[in-house]
Amino acid sequence: MSDIVLETRNLGISFGGLKAVQDVNLKVKKNELYGLVGPNGAGKTTVFNMLTGVYQPTTGTFLLEGEELKGKSQEKINHKGIARTFQNIRLFNNMSVIRNVLVALHNQPGFRYTPFDAMLHTPKYYDCEVRMRDTAKELLDVFGLLEERNNLACNLSYGTQRRLEIARALATNPKLLLLDEPAAGMNPNETAELMEIVKLIRDKFDLTVLLIEHDMKFVSGLCDEVTVLNFGTTLAQGETNEALNDPEVIKAYIGG
Amino acid sequence: MTTLIDGLSLGAIYSLIALGYTMVYGIAKMLNFAHGDIIMVGAYTILTTLNITGNPYVAIAVSIVVCTVSGIVIERLAYKPLRGASPLAVLITAIGVSFFLQSIAQLIYGSKSQSISLPDFGKVSVGGLEINVNTIITLVVGGIIMAALTVFVKKTNTGRAMQAVSEDKGAALLMGVNVNRIIMITFAIGSALAAFASLFYLMQIPSITPTLGSMPGIKAFTAAVIGGIGSIPGAMLGGMLLGLIEKICLSIPAIGPYTTAIEFSLLIIILLVKPIGILGKKVREKV
Repeated sequence: MSDIVLETRNLGISFGGLKAVQDVNLKVKKNELYGLVGPNGAGKTTVFNMLTGVYQPTTGTFLLEGEELKGKSQEKINHKGIARTFQNIRLFNNMSVIRNVLVALHNQPGFRYTPFDAMLHTPKYYDCEVRMRDTAKELLDVFGLLEERNNLACNLSYGTQRRLEIARALATNPKLLLLDEPAAGMNPNETAELMEIVKLIRDKFDLTVLLIEHDMKFVSGLCDEVTVLNFGTTLAQGETNEALNDPEVIKAYIGG
Repeated sequence: MTTLIDGLSLGAIYSLIALGYTMVYGIAKMLNFAHGDIIMVGAYTILTTLNITGNPYVAIAVSIVVCTVSGIVIERLAYKPLRGASPLAVLITAIGVSFFLQSIAQLIYGSKSQSISLPDFGKVSVGGLEINVNTIITLVVGGIIMAALTVFVKKTNTGRAMQAVSEDKGAALLMGVNVNRIIMITFAIGSALAAFASLFYLMQIPSITPTLGSMPGIKAFTAAVIGGIGSIPGAMLGGMLLGLIEKICLSIPAIGPYTTAIEFSLLIIILLVKPIGILGKKVREKV
């Protein structure tokens, strides 16, 4: 069972009397690209919010590589190895591209120095800063953002902002990357490019990816397995094309 | 000319205090109205240590430590439990903390004003001008501190994290930034700056009362708003501007008595014309 990266057990949350998500059981294997799909309001982003500590699950729990992370704070969960992007992009808009990535590198074990090092400009400070910049540049290079590194994040085009968000999430050195509608608002070319990037980073960074997406072409072209949510419950689960062609799933999407 | 230098030196004091307001506002999104009273805490600490040790330099060092620690303690005990509460509740708490500090000081030291004798370095004449050495020290040290702070925010991990928290706290958390720690550091830096401000303030007006921090506190807050609250260069600019205006007004006998009214009118005018302050929002360096 050691190749399971993320496992959720009966994960659920209620807001007041409303059961927004209930009994979600995911088993995401190492290096897998796993899709979480479903109609609007199905609770997909809510699942992400639970997995990153934004919401506390009311029932069930989740484990990353066998370690229970439920109840940990958001930054602890991030340190343990879950990073995410957002459905509506949330970059640090008034900061440069490279600075966005540097913030995410900030708490990495290799790059830690105390405020005293910084105040006195010790060799440790210079060493860390130089290595951080190198790491950030490498990462930006993967996403084709190296040229843009001194531009402000808010001045980038939409698709580029999405790429930067993924780069920033990767900078926290995650084991599991959660992508919330990465292809939203992208044109077909950009979407195709994005698919390549997701595959590339999976291999390059030894990642496991859990993603939410409405673009079914994107999901079926990329994901090994999917879970379909509807009204907060699991509708279908399993190998991508099988699950997506499940009559129940088709009914949920087109009604009837 | 002397007025100008006096004004800049007073401005440096206001800037140092205003930085505390603006950084805390930028990062914790709260107005820390107890910030002015940290100056009072610093002043009494200098007084007490000076009486015990007789060494002004020890007194200054102790005051910096005491201010920094009280800033951290106040944040932990009073503000941290209110994280996520309505801004009004936080604001009222801050005012409560302010009264609390003033009352404590009154209990310990009484309400009478106490005088303090800091070393006076006399005057030097530069190009025919007689200038207080204390004024020059204020200006130079204040400038160095502000430059160091700017570099700190621009070039270090913690500075970057501070900027990220002020931009989007939620996203910063999810990128692994320890927001509570950053807020604590912000309070610590702000309070340490207030300790310097209290020293410089005492060098100009060497008497201490429990409400000593109120007026410079409110004026520095005004300076922060004029400069654009949340913006570090804004606080520096606003502080300098207010210091200059104050000294220039005081030097003209006809309008001298109305100095304070003029300063606060300026605030109202700025709020009417450009509510975000001179450097608010538009400036990229925002903490």
